[in-house]
Amino acid sequence: MNKKDIVNILFCGRGGQGVLAAAEVCGWAAVLSGFHVKKSEMHGMAQRGGSVESHLRFGKEVFSPLIPKGEADFIIPFDGEEFIRLKSFLKNNGVCLVDDLNRGKGALKGQGRYINVFLLGALSRYLSIDKQFWFEAIEIVFAGKNPRENKGVFLKGREQGGGTKGDAL
Amino acid sequence: MDKLLSNRVVFLSGDEALAQGAYEEGLRFAASYPGTPASEILEYLSCCKGVDAQWSVNEKVAFEVALGASIAGWRALYASKHVGINVAMDPLMTSAYTGVNAGFVVVTADDPGIHSSQNEQDNRFIAKFAKIPLIEPSSPAEAREFVKVALSLSEEFDTPVLFRLTTRIAHTKENMVIGARKDIPSREFRVDTEKYVMVPRNAYQRHIVLEEKLVRLQRYSENTLLNRMELKNKKIGFITGGVSYLYAREMYPDASFLKLGLGFPFPERKAKAFAARVKEVVVLEELEPFLEEQARTAGIRCKTKKASYRIGELRPEYIPDILGGKDKKEDPGRLRKPVMCPGCPHRAVFTVLKKLKTVVSGDIGCYTLGALPPMNSLHTCVCMGGGITIMDGMSRALGRNIAGVIGDSTFVHSGITGLINMVYNKAKGVVIILDNGTTAMTGNQPHPATGRTVKKEETARLRLEELCKACGVAAVDVIDPRNIKVLESGVKKRLEGDVLSVIIARAPCKLIDRTRTDVPSYQAQKCKKCYLCLEIDCPALIKEESGLIEINPLYCTGCGLCAQVCPFKAIGCGGKVFKNLR
Ligand SMILES: Cc1ncc(C[n+]2csc(CCOP(=O)(O)OP(=O)(O)O)c2C)c(N)n1
Repeated sequence: MNKKDIVNILFCGRGGQGVLAAAEVCGWAAVLSGFHVKKSEMHGMAQRGGSVESHLRFGKEVFSPLIPKGEADFIIPFDGEEFIRLKSFLKNNGVCLVDDLNRGKGALKGQGRYINVFLLGALSRYLSIDKQFWFEAIEIVFAGKNPRENKGVFLKGREQGGGTKGDAL
Repeated sequence: MDKLLSNRVVFLSGDEALAQGAYEEGLRFAASYPGTPASEILEYLSCCKGVDAQWSVNEKVAFEVALGASIAGWRALYASKHVGINVAMDPLMTSAYTGVNAGFVVVTADDPGIHSSQNEQDNRFIAKFAKIPLIEPSSPAEAREFVKVALSLSEEFDTPVLFRLTTRIAHTKENMVIGARKDIPSREFRVDTEKYVMVPRNAYQRHIVLEEKLVRLQRYSENTLLNRMELKNKKIGFITGGVSYLYAREMYPDASFLKLGLGFPFPERKAKAFAARVKEVVVLEELEPFLEEQARTAGIRCKTKKASYRIGELRPEYIPDILGGKDKKEDPGRLRKPVMCPGCPHRAVFTVLKKLKTVVSGDIGCYTLGALPPMNSLHTCVCMGGGITIMDGMSRALGRNIAGVIGDSTFVHSGITGLINMVYNKAKGVVIILDNGTTAMTGNQPHPATGRTVKKEETARLRLEELCKACGVAAVDVIDPRNIKVLESGVKKRLEGDVLSVIIARAPCKLIDRTRTDVPSYQAQKCKKCYLCLEIDCPALIKEESGLIEINPLYCTGCGLCAQVCPFKAIGCGGKVFKNLR
């Protein structure tokens, strides 16, 4: 947690990649854990393949719905180019899941559309949110659809995730 | 949603929270026309028991129906995006004179940064112009609380209340606890011609009443808790409201604040008292200097932000530079270019328009993407309805037939009057109605020609071809655009003709019709690398490093447009798609 005890996570990618659903799951998991949560998204042309980003912030009391530049603890990129566009949001020793994106793509093969859940699993390694709440959040956001696949992929991400420190990028 | 409502712990967007607050406060009626970032307000209310909610044909209509419900005794709400208020301006201005009966809240969802709009006008000025109070929350949780105040304020002062969200509040989600619905009886309607019939003599008297109201509202503004002083470190004092307040608290948690939830009428005395207690006053606001002008009029000396900050969305990291008197340093990076979905029927229309090299007057919707390269086949886009009317003026001045394109939802919104105007004034040219059966751009809301209401009930379906004929259009064709040969000859014939014609290009939106046909085959040995297939800008087609084409089976819907434009039959559809269309 950063100096203000607020966790800042930036999800980014393109419309249709599952970026917003991932942020929604993480948001719910934080809500269920009892944090004050704000989740902001930019998705004007999301369905048409445009840039999509979601800022998720949680802690005791969150003010700004946007993460100030240079203060993201985590960046969860679904797309290399979009990550480059937003790299400057990452704080000095922040963590980026860009390697996990590639790892996930390799590990999932036929289940490519579950990449967002894989990345959540990888992210969950860093957050003080109970596994139980992650599962519950997945259930809420995906309305109970494909529970077994979602859980399986989440756990895979949780096992295989590694992250990359910002200064190594 | 039902599950969430009963749970009481909810995670709601600003739009949803506002709707929930209005519902709790006994709202009985809501009308809106879709528009980002306001659409979710009505969508939420349409699921609330005891609220009569409708997608109206356009914003003017929505405003009038909601005003009528309020006059007759129901608490009512109107919602639209900022530019929707322009369309509703006529009834809005005069409703300030008539006042209301039951509470009436007018929601404007502004779009600083132009995430999904045609401009970034600052609608706070509308409140001042119309002489009605302006309420602005800073967060979704506040939207829920403040809308309740707005409804009772409206009744107490007999006035519509302008309630302003911005994209950053409308589309931020926050967790909050919600309450039960209050049982608020409807108010009795009494005939009162002096109040509700705005003929000159009555209107003059009502203007006097309005000015008196403003004086009382001014006093209210000085005392309400919506405008609160937070005194901490006295070195900097921010006068601010909306989301700007939260950005300032983020960056300067120890500063002093005058947070304005009611920005008009401006609480002059309170602001002066605040200014006297801090060393330096900074008025912090997104877009125009609306609060700043009022603070200066009140005689408060404050720092002026550079004009560059009047443009675009405010961000927390800009504030130190604003305080330092520096210009804005913006680097949003390059946003990815949006494209029409694979299988989108609009793609075929622009493929044909490009080939025919005609000037195309455009309008607002998914099809506006036809303006971007490589299509480059839409040449104007100003406002809803303009696809037809601007075409009319252009073709007169150019002295030749041109094409105008307009979506089906937009046509019903404000295209019909323009079409009648063309018939009446003997205009010529080709109006193409892109009839995908939905309001796609804003999230696939139904409209009169869809034949379903917001509550998904069946209703009479507006028949566009009959309507156009009844307007007096000489030639009305219905064409399935997915067969571009037929479309091309149809458009060409009408462009060369000597009458006004309407072509209804009808095929369902691919976000609604999810059916897929076989992915076309690609024969590399036949491919001459002319890349005409890439000109249709389909996300499913990729040029490989070898220079050959790959068709991504995950994206491809099998629409067959690429096969139709390939002159060498390198892309083939196995005949299936064509058979469907012939
Ligand atoms: C005055 C006004 N109201 C609402 C909007 C929001 N808006 C943008 S495009 C659009 C309509 C899109 O539907 P349609 O014309 O059927 O085209 P489609 O997106 O389906 O291709 C709307 C309502 C707007 N830009 N301006």
